[in-house]
Amino acid sequence: MVSGLINANPTVYEKKERRVRNESAVPDEYADPEHPYSLEELKVITEDAIEVDNERSYVRVTFTPTVEHCSMATVIGLCLRVKLMRSLPSRYKMDIRVAPGTHATEAAVNKQLNDKERVAAALENPNLLDMVDECLAPSYA
Amino acid sequence: MAEPSQLSQYIESFVDSSRSPTQQAASLEAIASLLKNNQLTIETLVREMEGYLTTVDNIIRARGILLLGEVLVRLASKPLDDATIHSLIGFFTDRLADWRALRGALVGCLALMRRKSSGGMVSGSDAKAVAESYLQNLQVQSLGQYERKLSFELMECLLERYPNAVASLGDTLIYGICESVDGEKDPHCLMLTFHIIEVLSRLFPDPSDALAGFAHELFEILGCYFPIHFTHQKDEDMTIKRDDLARALMLAFSSTPLFEPYAIPLLLEKLSSSLPSAKLDSLRYLTDCTMKYGADRTAKHIEAIWSSLKEAIFTSLDSVLLFTPESLEGPDLPKNEFAAEALSLLQKLIVQNTKLFLDLIVGDEDISMIFNTISDYKNYHEIPLERKQRLNAVGRILFTTAKASQVSRNRVFECFFSRLMDILGLSARNSSGQPYFDESILISKRCNHGALYLSIEILSACRDMIASSETILAATSHTEETWKYLLQSFSPALTMGFCSAFICSSEGTHDAATYIGVKGLLILATFPGGYSLISKTVFEKILVTFVSIINEEYSKRLSWKLALKALVEIGSFIERYHESEKEPSYMDIVVEKILSLAFVGDFGIPFPLRLEALSDIGTSGRSYMLKVVQGLEEAIYANLYEVYVCMANKIHCEKGFEEVLLQFAINIWNQIENSTHFNASQTNKKGVLDVMMKAMKLAVANCSEEKQNIIVQKSYNILSSSISFPLEELLLQERFQIAQEVDNNSSRDEWVLSLFAAVTIAVHPQTHIPNTRSIVSLFMRTLLKGNIVAAQALGSMVNKLDLKSTRGQTSSDCTLEEAMDIILNLSLWIFEKNRSSSIQSKMISVHDTGLNDLSNGVGSCTSLQIHAILGLAWIGKGLLMRGHEKVNDITMIFLRCLQSSGRAGISHQEKSISENNYKLDLHSSVMKTAADAFQILIGDCEQSFLFRASAHVVIDTPLIVVLSDTKKIIPMLLDGLSALSNDVVDKDVLYSLLLVLSGILMDKNGQEAVSDSAHTVINCLVDLTRYPHMTLVRETAMQCLIAISGLSHARIYPMRTQVLQAVIKALDDPKRAVRREAVRCRQAWASIASRSLHF
Repeated sequence: MVSGLINANPTVYEKKERRVRNESAVPDEYADPEHPYSLEELKVITEDAIEVDNERSYVRVTFTPTVEHCSMATVIGLCLRVKLMRSLPSRYKMDIRVAPGTHATEAAVNKQLNDKERVAAALENPNLLDMVDECLAPSYA
Repeated sequence: MAEPSQLSQYIESFVDSSRSPTQQAASLEAIASLLKNNQLTIETLVREMEGYLTTVDNIIRARGILLLGEVLVRLASKPLDDATIHSLIGFFTDRLADWRALRGALVGCLALMRRKSSGGMVSGSDAKAVAESYLQNLQVQSLGQYERKLSFELMECLLERYPNAVASLGDTLIYGICESVDGEKDPHCLMLTFHIIEVLSRLFPDPSDALAGFAHELFEILGCYFPIHFTHQKDEDMTIKRDDLARALMLAFSSTPLFEPYAIPLLLEKLSSSLPSAKLDSLRYLTDCTMKYGADRTAKHIEAIWSSLKEAIFTSLDSVLLFTPESLEGPDLPKNEFAAEALSLLQKLIVQNTKLFLDLIVGDEDISMIFNTISDYKNYHEIPLERKQRLNAVGRILFTTAKASQVSRNRVFECFFSRLMDILGLSARNSSGQPYFDESILISKRCNHGALYLSIEILSACRDMIASSETILAATSHTEETWKYLLQSFSPALTMGFCSAFICSSEGTHDAATYIGVKGLLILATFPGGYSLISKTVFEKILVTFVSIINEEYSKRLSWKLALKALVEIGSFIERYHESEKEPSYMDIVVEKILSLAFVGDFGIPFPLRLEALSDIGTSGRSYMLKVVQGLEEAIYANLYEVYVCMANKIHCEKGFEEVLLQFAINIWNQIENSTHFNASQTNKKGVLDVMMKAMKLAVANCSEEKQNIIVQKSYNILSSSISFPLEELLLQERFQIAQEVDNNSSRDEWVLSLFAAVTIAVHPQTHIPNTRSIVSLFMRTLLKGNIVAAQALGSMVNKLDLKSTRGQTSSDCTLEEAMDIILNLSLWIFEKNRSSSIQSKMISVHDTGLNDLSNGVGSCTSLQIHAILGLAWIGKGLLMRGHEKVNDITMIFLRCLQSSGRAGISHQEKSISENNYKLDLHSSVMKTAADAFQILIGDCEQSFLFRASAHVVIDTPLIVVLSDTKKIIPMLLDGLSALSNDVVDKDVLYSLLLVLSGILMDKNGQEAVSDSAHTVINCLVDLTRYPHMTLVRETAMQCLIAISGLSHARIYPMRTQVLQAVIKALDDPKRAVRREAVRCRQAWASIASRSLHF
């Protein structure tokens, strides 16, 4: 695993106050694997970056890693995918992407995240699954 | 005898300073108990300890001596012979010189000095030796705090217990004490120090004694502590407060007159200090000191004291007088503590040094200045603020002076009262005996508010003094006193003066004028002693004035209130001092007039005001109360409703007017008897009846049993004579056609019945109710017509009836059993219209008789049934409150009612019943019965109303009862849930039922019970996650499923797939809340076996 923090002192933003809405589940409470802040506080994910089309059963999440060479980008993406899998009805197709131009290996990350074989294989790995569960734990509270 | 080795172990462990404090304490206690139980003599102990007491090692010696001292403290009550005490005290006396081991010596000395005479005391010569050693060896101020405290305690003990022995030491003693207390700072020690000086002064009372030479020195030591400035934090020293110290110091100050030349100048100086606590303390000390030093010594300083005191009063009093009704009567003390102290000191000084002080007051320039300038301002509000304060202060001074003693009162009247009369222009009229001035010219002069205010102060002081000591009046009635002469001659004129203040007020409309007028008149009217001081004409004129204000000036709120208050005060004054001469006038002028207000409709006074006047006057005295109550009764027809409200309120607050209450209740009945029809308007009727019943209940409830018996008898007579059907026939009628009879009673019967019911509710259990059987059946009949009061009365009767028959029973009385039989028979009658067979047998075998028959018997009388059920509920309440087993029968009847009425409308009734019952701490046995019964019923017929009924019972039962019997209830609950889920109308019931289920699931015991039937519960909940009519139901079902996922793995694993499928569907729910719960639920269930979402 990583030794030392890649971005030790991230900028922390205020969480958006949101009223109760009638949309699909929003991944607002996932913890960043590297920091005790939630992804929203780090502006890794914003509400605007989530696109939901209920009729066509389609969700697209675009997230922005805090630094360009963030090694956690894949883990964040995996967490997002697992959370969506667990929260959405199975009819949905999910598409999870790194925001264009925010990551060094953008194409590789996108490919890895949307390859269901590789996602399934990753979830078979108990270490990785533990990590994902730990990240998602607050969102089930 | 104890083992020597054990003893030396104890001693060693105490002396060894390396041991823990608990060990040391334990060994000390052990030694003490050995001595107490005579297993060890002191001699042996001392011998054993010899080495420790005499060693050259300071620490061990100190511990050793301390041990001996502490042991002696614990032996305070054990008798010791004189020789032992002598040698011990000798030892400790010597040890006082050993400053390294001082604590033990002090403790030992104290323990011995404090011994009671019963167990052997230290002799006088030994005590003297202790004192000498103390004075010679102890440098108290160089010791630590605890040792200082001990030394002071020792000195205090010596002074208090051996005064003669130590007094012989004379100068040495006083000098030694001076030396030891000088510069002390610790509060605990200071308390002792002050006390030591106090006791010391008592020891040398003679001015020529040794103390005289040291008085100055002693006071120098004491004086620097005044005023006490306490810097300790609150939490630091909880035991000693500033006030304690201040009091101790005060006692020390006043302990000997020898301090007088030093103390009084110091106190007077501090009186003008800017520190409030110092000022207050100075006043208190001055009071104490002047009283104790005696008149002669005080006289030396009298002028200085007077001028400081005057200044203090002038500056401390509020400048604003209150003109509210509340301040009209009462002590009228200044709220300012400082001013109150100052005035009380003034009064004491006047009593002590009357002549000197009065000369000072009379000759005082400030006071004369006020008198000279008083006529500059006519209206109180024109007076500048500073002048007002002065005026107020002079008023208080005069009040205090006049109140202080006979002589001072005479003097005040002579000097000031006559001057005031001059200022008011009244004396001129008086001197010639008849008025020769034109009234109108005088009015402006008479309205001098300042002068009026001062006269009020003087008069009220005078009145208070007479009132507080009635004997004085008798004793002095023959001696010719100036003040009495003056008062008698001026009172008519003064009355005019106050009245004119009133009249002026109507022009200027100032509070002050009204207040002063009313207060002055009130004071004049409340002079005790019949008409000897205030003539009858004056008194009556005052009353007339007040009554006319009440009658006419109701628009001016303040003056009206003040006048009313004044009248009430006069009334209670007459009552309190038994002024029999004045009572007739008061009765004639005030009570009659006010009473007439109740009747006159077109008077213009708002009705609430009239009632306020009435009830206020009523409270002023017993005799007026009676009169007012009579008046109120007569006024009932004039305005029934308000009068009764007023009445009910009044009864509530008046205790001890039993006669009046009886009279009131009987009179109501008399009126009902006499009137054949009611003219109260239809709209008002219900309200009046309610209030009337309330008043009746209160009146009866506050009476004793004999009075209640009278009322009950009276009311029963009226009831039996007036009800349109004879009571006796009631029982004979087996079956009467209630349905047809509904509402053919006159409204008068209803009133009589309701009032009778009210009486029945209010009486004590011991009160005899005649002809109980007929009454019970009468109430039964009435309640079937929907009269709730009758139902309540019946419940109350059932609650109060005797269990066993008493001696003097007549055939018409009955016990509880019989009453219950009547009740049950009658109520069953409704449901079995066409069955004449014995009802009693049916009662016993509820389950066996044909249930279908019962359910058919209802027919059309639904409203009748509702009434019957309500009635039963009240009866059940009565039974429940006395814990009677018949309540089971009532419950059975409920169940049958429920079963027999399958209409949707029934749910309302059911609710009221269950509420009535279950709120009353219904026993869980009833719940069990209900559950059993419902199971039987449900087994028989599949009707949704039954589920609904059972659901209501379950919902309204406290959860704790449900939990105690979960196994039985769960099947019922589940059946209910699945049956009710078909219909939209039942959604609320369904939801409440689901909440009960979730309550069970949250409980530990409940979970155990559920796990047996987990699959049925889960099936049911899975169905409910699709319930279309209510989001809350789906959400709660989901939460229940989450809770179930915590049950034992083996039970729920087989259901996993089914649940997950249902939950996945719920992920698509239209409502966000449900989806959210679904996600949680899915997570909970998915992680049971693996975290995979696939199954």
